[in-house]
Amino acid sequence: MNDLLLLAAEEHVIEAGTGGFWSDTAGIMLVTPFIAFLAILAVGKRLKYQGGEIAVAALAVNLVWATVLFVMNMTGGVLDTSNTFEIARIGSNLVFELGWVVDGLSIMMYFLVNFVGLLVFVYALSYMHGDVRVPWFFAAFSLFAGAMLILVGAPNLVQMIIGWEGVGLASYFLIGFYWHDLDNVRAGNKAFMTNKVADVGLILGAVILGVTLGTWDFAALDEAAAAGGEALGAVAVVAGLLLFFGAMGKSAQFPLHIWLPDAMAGPTPVSALMHAATMVTAGVYLMARTFPLFEHLATEARSWMVAIGAITLFAVGLLALVADDIKKVLAYSTVSQLGYMMTAVAAGGYTAGLFHLFTHAFFKALLFLGAGSVIHAVHSNFMQDMGGLRKAMPTTYWTFLVGSAALAGIFPLAGFWSKDEILATLGAEGYTAVMWIAIAGAFVTAFYMTRCVALTFFGTYKGHGEPHESPRLMTAPLIGLAIPSILFGLLNIPGVELPGIGNFTEWLGVRVVAMGDHHAEAIDFALAGLGLGAALLGIILGWAIWGKDRLSQQERDRFQVPVLYPLLRRKYLVDDLALGLVGATTGPIARMVDWTNTYVIDGIVNAVGGVTKWLGGLVYNGLDQVGVDGIFNGLSAAADTAGSALRKMQTGRVQQYASGFVAGALILVVLFVFVI
Amino acid sequence: MDWFETWGLTITVFLPVVGALLLGFIKRDNEDALKRTALLVTALAFLASVGVVIGFDYGGTPYNTYQFEVNETWIGAINANYHVGIDGISLPLLVLSTFVMVLAVIYSWNHWEEPKNPKAFLILMLILATGMNGTFVALDLVLFFIFFEIVLLPMYFMIGIWGDKAPRKVPGFAREFETRLYAAIKFFLFTLFGSAFMLLGFLAIYFESGNVGAERTFDIPALTELGAAGAFSGPGNFAFLVFGAMFLGFAVKVPMWPLHTWLPDAHTAAPTVGSVLLAAIMLKLGSYGFIRIALPILPEEAVSWAPFIAILAVIGIIYGSLACLAQTDMKRLIAFSSVGHMGFVMLGIATMTDIGINASIIGMVAHGLITGLLFFLAGSISHRYHTREMARLGGNIKLMPVLGGILAFTAMASLGLPGLAGFWGEFMSLVSAYNPLDGLSLGVFRTAMVLGAVGTVLTAGYMLWMLQRVNLGEPSAEWEGRQFHDVDRFEMTAWVPLIILIVVIGFYPKVVFNATTDAVTSLVDAAFGTDTTAALSSLVKGG
Repeated sequence: MNDLLLLAAEEHVIEAGTGGFWSDTAGIMLVTPFIAFLAILAVGKRLKYQGGEIAVAALAVNLVWATVLFVMNMTGGVLDTSNTFEIARIGSNLVFELGWVVDGLSIMMYFLVNFVGLLVFVYALSYMHGDVRVPWFFAAFSLFAGAMLILVGAPNLVQMIIGWEGVGLASYFLIGFYWHDLDNVRAGNKAFMTNKVADVGLILGAVILGVTLGTWDFAALDEAAAAGGEALGAVAVVAGLLLFFGAMGKSAQFPLHIWLPDAMAGPTPVSALMHAATMVTAGVYLMARTFPLFEHLATEARSWMVAIGAITLFAVGLLALVADDIKKVLAYSTVSQLGYMMTAVAAGGYTAGLFHLFTHAFFKALLFLGAGSVIHAVHSNFMQDMGGLRKAMPTTYWTFLVGSAALAGIFPLAGFWSKDEILATLGAEGYTAVMWIAIAGAFVTAFYMTRCVALTFFGTYKGHGEPHESPRLMTAPLIGLAIPSILFGLLNIPGVELPGIGNFTEWLGVRVVAMGDHHAEAIDFALAGLGLGAALLGIILGWAIWGKDRLSQQERDRFQVPVLYPLLRRKYLVDDLALGLVGATTGPIARMVDWTNTYVIDGIVNAVGGVTKWLGGLVYNGLDQVGVDGIFNGLSAAADTAGSALRKMQTGRVQQYASGFVAGALILVVLFVFVI
Repeated sequence: MDWFETWGLTITVFLPVVGALLLGFIKRDNEDALKRTALLVTALAFLASVGVVIGFDYGGTPYNTYQFEVNETWIGAINANYHVGIDGISLPLLVLSTFVMVLAVIYSWNHWEEPKNPKAFLILMLILATGMNGTFVALDLVLFFIFFEIVLLPMYFMIGIWGDKAPRKVPGFAREFETRLYAAIKFFLFTLFGSAFMLLGFLAIYFESGNVGAERTFDIPALTELGAAGAFSGPGNFAFLVFGAMFLGFAVKVPMWPLHTWLPDAHTAAPTVGSVLLAAIMLKLGSYGFIRIALPILPEEAVSWAPFIAILAVIGIIYGSLACLAQTDMKRLIAFSSVGHMGFVMLGIATMTDIGINASIIGMVAHGLITGLLFFLAGSISHRYHTREMARLGGNIKLMPVLGGILAFTAMASLGLPGLAGFWGEFMSLVSAYNPLDGLSLGVFRTAMVLGAVGTVLTAGYMLWMLQRVNLGEPSAEWEGRQFHDVDRFEMTAWVPLIILIVVIGFYPKVVFNATTDAVTSLVDAAFGTDTTAALSSLVKGG
């Protein structure tokens, strides 16, 4: 069986194209955003859009490459090459490299990041207009794009870590973009620190894998995992779980999800691109990159990962039901959808997880941009200030509706197909209970999105002023994202090959074949019906509760989930516990350490000084009236002497310093001569 | 360029002290001439070290051989020689030293702390430069010791004269001391205490070399040769104690926990340039001593001491980071961060592997650049606000966007952000701790690895906390209506090179490793009999 797969893989390797010029120069994509970053910092202030145009231009250039590669990959045989150069070599064999991979997986991500990124950047031109520090916004946003592409293109784990921390840094900058308010700074800190905790796992996992394999190359990891090497097998579960712990941070898996809702403190375009479409999928991407490790060796780790994913997709999804802030609804939804992706990949559904990552990026970015458009119009994040906006903001309304339906998994929109594939994978891999949780999750998703749409666009307007549709620079990206949200599900209908281009599964390429990834060969109508039924039920129930303006929002929320409501409002106490624990321990321990430093260690030092001085006095007064007391005079006596000496010296001249120095040096020399 | 082969290092080392003499002849009031001379001299010394870099043969550093070597009889009676030379281990540190010194002079241009007196201050700096440069090229224990000790005096005066005059309560004493006096004396006595033991160790090795070798010698290459052959590791615990004596001398300088308490005081009290030089270069004298002297001459003892060193290193990482979280004084926080960062350097050394020692060297270089820059920034901030209390600062980036931006960048570099210089030292020292030298306890080192990784979280914690308190939020009412001068051109000139290097080393660490790797590998190979990366490859082939 294994042999057959390997054989199949080899055949595909022969088929695999190199992409010629376009893949050889694909590294440009990893560089242009950094050039944009510097250029914006340098001249952004002076430009019309304060640097936004530079950021947009960089991603536009990138999108050319990404699109060409994407199309080549679809039509001319799957690409599989990488270009690297050495940045360090230690001893004879330990090599660090940077470079870029051009294969199905990375091409998919290049396209995603640059396509969604470009639309969000364009949107931001208008959204951020007149805001504070716009050049810095676009600079940091470009920094993010560059770091994300470094992460995506990484041929080895170390480069991925560089990108990984880079996007974390940009995230910190942009969450705390409105840093004059310390609450936003704290949100940024929380994000950075939660991720840093998770990164301990990533770093240690990388250390173990790197030392075991002698390299951080993903290709080598693939090979060693497929060959079932003994050395790697011995550490695979530990290393795998450590990597997964890292992924839990970036991809906001329970209980490390706590940073993501707070991250909504950043400007909405940031939430759309980073905290929904791309950056938060880095954890899933990491799992996909290292998939062979979990497929062949770290199999024991996978049930844990599935469990975490399942908890995330359901429990955190519920939190979206009670959020008042439209962005937080979407944030919890994102966490929940990341749970779907993670569950799928952990269960063995490489393609299923990545396909959901792909479709989710479009419709979730769309939803966030839509929310931004609404916030722009009503000047509030809270849904109790909204309502009835469907007339005033038709484009926003219709595109938001498309996004919501896609997210809820309504046939035939994108989310329907990708979610269905996850359900099929879970069923086929024997995770039946988790499959039912995922179906229940589909119900919850439709439920909270109905609430969100109803509270925002239906009923009567409850805010101030008169909301208007956003300018075209903002609505155009909405439409640009709505189209793939509708259509892109069709790219991977089980068993369907699109004429001339195949399907998403094939584009992911060679590794999929080698890895024996589960993907359905035909549509399972019963399962698809179940998923769709759950979603429809969620919409009907949701509409029944929130569809009419009879009661206030809170009353309707409470009515819906009487027992769980208080618990959900407190976010399962996870935030309180985590922050409480950190707050209750770090401060006191730090103060204890500082106290130890001052009173114990330095206490000893000072005591030695004091005792020496006392001894000196004893020797001088008691034993030797004419003795030299200088040497053993201890700390405080020396302090006195030197103090007055120095005071004299300050009033003196350089010659005195020089002579002081020469005297000191002479003493040393004399010491030498005597000792030697 | 034959003459440069012979004179290159000597010029690099002694040019500054010659400059100090020249400065002696310039009138005290003629500040411009003083500054220009100092700048010229340090720049020439830097250029000389660049000449060494250019002339250095990177392929040809087999075990225990040195380039630009000079070996002349000095004190014949005790067989102490003027022996200097350079290899891949000392090259990056020498360049770091000459480079930071130039920047320090540039920064000083308009940053004189009370009681000013540029002449005296510059003279002290130049003497310091000679001491530091000399330590990195000395290949004779007596010469090494003298250079190692020379740096004490200028720094003592810098802290004692130009330091912080605020009165300070010292536990155990009823009356208050001036911060600068307490700090200067503590610094001096602490280091001298360590050096005394170190000297004892050197002397013991000297006498023992007469018993095991041909004649008594202070020559480091000769002793290294003897050490690799295990000459000092006879029966009994002689060598074990000698290593302990050297350990005390070097560990105080690094500083390792619990011998570190002079550092926060010295840094807090020192004038800005003093802090910069202390952090950027002087701390490295200790860790360099371990690599150049203690390890190669007493390899077996190094291995027995290694777990102990690793434990202290990792305590330093955790303890230093926790202490940072309790600081209210910005400069003191940065000072404590050095304890943590140097913990990573020492953890790398303690693994006794080529990866670990490479990690420690790049860690030293990165710490020199990053923490040096942090102290520059702290100095400039307190220069403007006249306080270092973080509770009174805040919103700095609003008042001074450039200064605040550079502070944010440097803080990120300091917390080991991948892609910047600080990452490699930390990451590789963790890598090396996973697989230390054969025979060392995996339990100890892997625990150290995990704790070290946890330390990175704490590091991030205090750095973000510092940024929050200094840089972000709204400026306190105290500064309302005050005009602050953002970064001036001298500051910019001094800082931009550091920033560029931090990024370059972050993305292309080869600039350091290219020099170090062969020297380190051959050292580890000869001293401990294994080449760990070779072991790695056999593992790969076997598995």
